[in-house]
Amino acid sequence: MPFHLCCSITETENIAQDQFSIVFDSVKLADFVKAGQFLHIACGDALTLRRPISICDTDKSLVKVVFTVKGAGTRWLSLRKPGDMLDILGPLGNGFDMKGENLLLIGGGAGVPPLLLAARQAAALPQFESVTALLGFSDIGKAILLGDFAAACTSVEIATDDGSLGRHGFVTDLLKYRLNTKRFDQILACGPYNMLRIVSEIADEYDIPCQVSMEERMGCGIGACLTCSCKTKSAGKEKYSRVCADGPVFSSREVVWNEA
Amino acid sequence: MKPDLTVNFAGVCFKNPVTVASGTFGFGKEYSSFYDLSELGGICVKGLTEKGRDGNPPPRIAETPMGILNSVGFQNPGVDLFMETELPFLKRFDTRIIANISGNTVEEYRRMAEKLSDAVDILEVNISCPNIKSGGIAFGTSPESAAAVTHAVKQVSKIPVMVKLTPNVTDIASIAKACEDAGADALSLINTILGMKINIETGRPVLRNNTGGLSGPAVFPIAVRMVWQVCSAVKIPVMGMGGITTGEDAIEMFFAGASLISVGTANFGDPKAPLKIKKGIDDYLIRKNKPSLDCIRGRLETY
Ligand SMILES: Cc1cc2nc3c(=O)[nH]c(=O)nc-3n(C[C@H](O)[C@H](O)[C@H](O)COP(=O)(O)OP(=O)(O)OC[C@H]3O[C@@H](n4cnc5c(N)ncnc54)[C@H](O)[C@@H]3O)c2cc1C
Ligand SMILES: Cc1cc2nc3c(=O)[nH]c(=O)nc-3n(C[C@H](O)[C@H](O)[C@H](O)COP(=O)(O)O)c2cc1C
Ligand code: FES
Repeated sequence: MPFHLCCSITETENIAQDQFSIVFDSVKLADFVKAGQFLHIACGDALTLRRPISICDTDKSLVKVVFTVKGAGTRWLSLRKPGDMLDILGPLGNGFDMKGENLLLIGGGAGVPPLLLAARQAAALPQFESVTALLGFSDIGKAILLGDFAAACTSVEIATDDGSLGRHGFVTDLLKYRLNTKRFDQILACGPYNMLRIVSEIADEYDIPCQVSMEERMGCGIGACLTCSCKTKSAGKEKYSRVCADGPVFSSREVVWNEA
Repeated sequence: MKPDLTVNFAGVCFKNPVTVASGTFGFGKEYSSFYDLSELGGICVKGLTEKGRDGNPPPRIAETPMGILNSVGFQNPGVDLFMETELPFLKRFDTRIIANISGNTVEEYRRMAEKLSDAVDILEVNISCPNIKSGGIAFGTSPESAAAVTHAVKQVSKIPVMVKLTPNVTDIASIAKACEDAGADALSLINTILGMKINIETGRPVLRNNTGGLSGPAVFPIAVRMVWQVCSAVKIPVMGMGGITTGEDAIEMFFAGASLISVGTANFGDPKAPLKIKKGIDDYLIRKNKPSLDCIRGRLETY
């Protein structure tokens, strides 16, 4: 059940080019949140809609979000200062289902932050043997949270589109290489649509269960307005599911992917 | 002294004038985790069609200056499933239930009205949808087809019939009058205004449907103007909506002549918007020392 909260910001940081982190205090959220869930954040009086942002990390009563400035909403968020209040609905959505012993996380760009909480929550579960993270960025200037992932995971590998950090190429190239060398029980993926579609194809090829966190434009954020739809199929029947309430995490096999 | 917020609307007693608008509130479940739905005067449920519909492909929503565009396209489970699986939950609350119905033919409207007329308090007949038989032009854009739907629903309905008008017309008062003459017990307005948003990076519309319906604060002055025009043209009561976000907005609607108001897009910004609006209405009446809404409804002194 979601809360409607007014939370006080304790820390803000410009962590990379156009990327910011905000830490705020909320025992309620910090206690209840599951990796992959998101918050619907009001971004000032001039905007009619809230903006969906994933939870990146929690620490006791503190909650962290990390976001890229894209337009008016995220720009407003980037201008917040410690002591300012945030109007938040959350936690929202289903979150990742943590299963298996060897977990592979794959994230691209703005999709990287929620995987950090996934790595930390996975590492805290008794059955987990290893957590591997494959992270993709456009260039070294956009690479974020590397230290946090290194601390939370068994191994971390990076790919950049221009080769300025880690492997030169797409993070999906790293995925194939990794799957050839080790057996994983579960893939959790978050990132741009095309990346998720390719991850889903590769997961199918290697027959590994894969969960993808989908993005769609949202209204209410809680399941009432049916604006955030993603086409899914179950038992051969296709329908529109709600990214905010039925997702944002779906089994990659459930999603009806658009052609490239 | 506590002001009296009750409203007798087409013979149905509402405990307060604040309802929530069709399509923005689902079937109530989601918002019930934020407050007791019995606090609301009424709930207009998500638009129903005879058979369930999948709706339009995404993206279905875009933000515009002080407003939003939507192109959900009547995604709903259909009347039968609504009555079986959604209505029992809504019935648990002490609030009026208004079923919003849409059809492609007059017969579809009639059949839906027959099914629902024992089950809810009011029928809201949405005539903004395409009339398949006359080439897909919306029923609500001509007085004749608006009257035809109203008449058909009235013939079978045992409960009050409220016709929901589209603002995408040149003369809304003539459509309102046609509905009244065809027997409508009440009117609601406005539905969304057709709009468009273009992504200049890609040169393509933001909405997959190309166009969508505009709602939110941006449409409020248009809604007030149309409610005023309609209330000046008909005697039946009107539910006013379109961009209402504060108690002050609601009061403007009452001055324009509305008996009830409905809150749509404002729910997305603040799930408790309807309760704040209700309190705003109460505060205004206290401040102005008015015992009830009758003291302001339609009491507009125009130039
Ligand atoms: C479940 C979920 C979790 C997300 N988590 C994060 C995160 O942790 N960090 C991060 O940087 N970004 C995240 N995003 C993307 C983020 O919501 C958008 O970048 C943001 O809404 C853009 O708003 P804006 O006003 O800056 O941009 P504008 O382009 O001006 O926004 C206009 C409208 O489009 C919507 N919109 C634009 N892009 C997206 C998008 N990719 N997804 C959904 N709606 C969009 C906005 O919400 C707004 O309603 C997430 C999206 C979803 C759906
Ligand atoms: C996402 C969304 C879905 C809607 N669906 C319906 C619908 O199914 N039937 C209907 O009559 N009106 C529908 N409407 C219109 C609203 O009920 C209302 O008339 C309009 O949005 C204006 O009010 P507002 O500005 O307060 O939202 C919808 C509006 C929105 C934003
Ligand atoms: S955003 Fe309203 S249903 Fe998902």
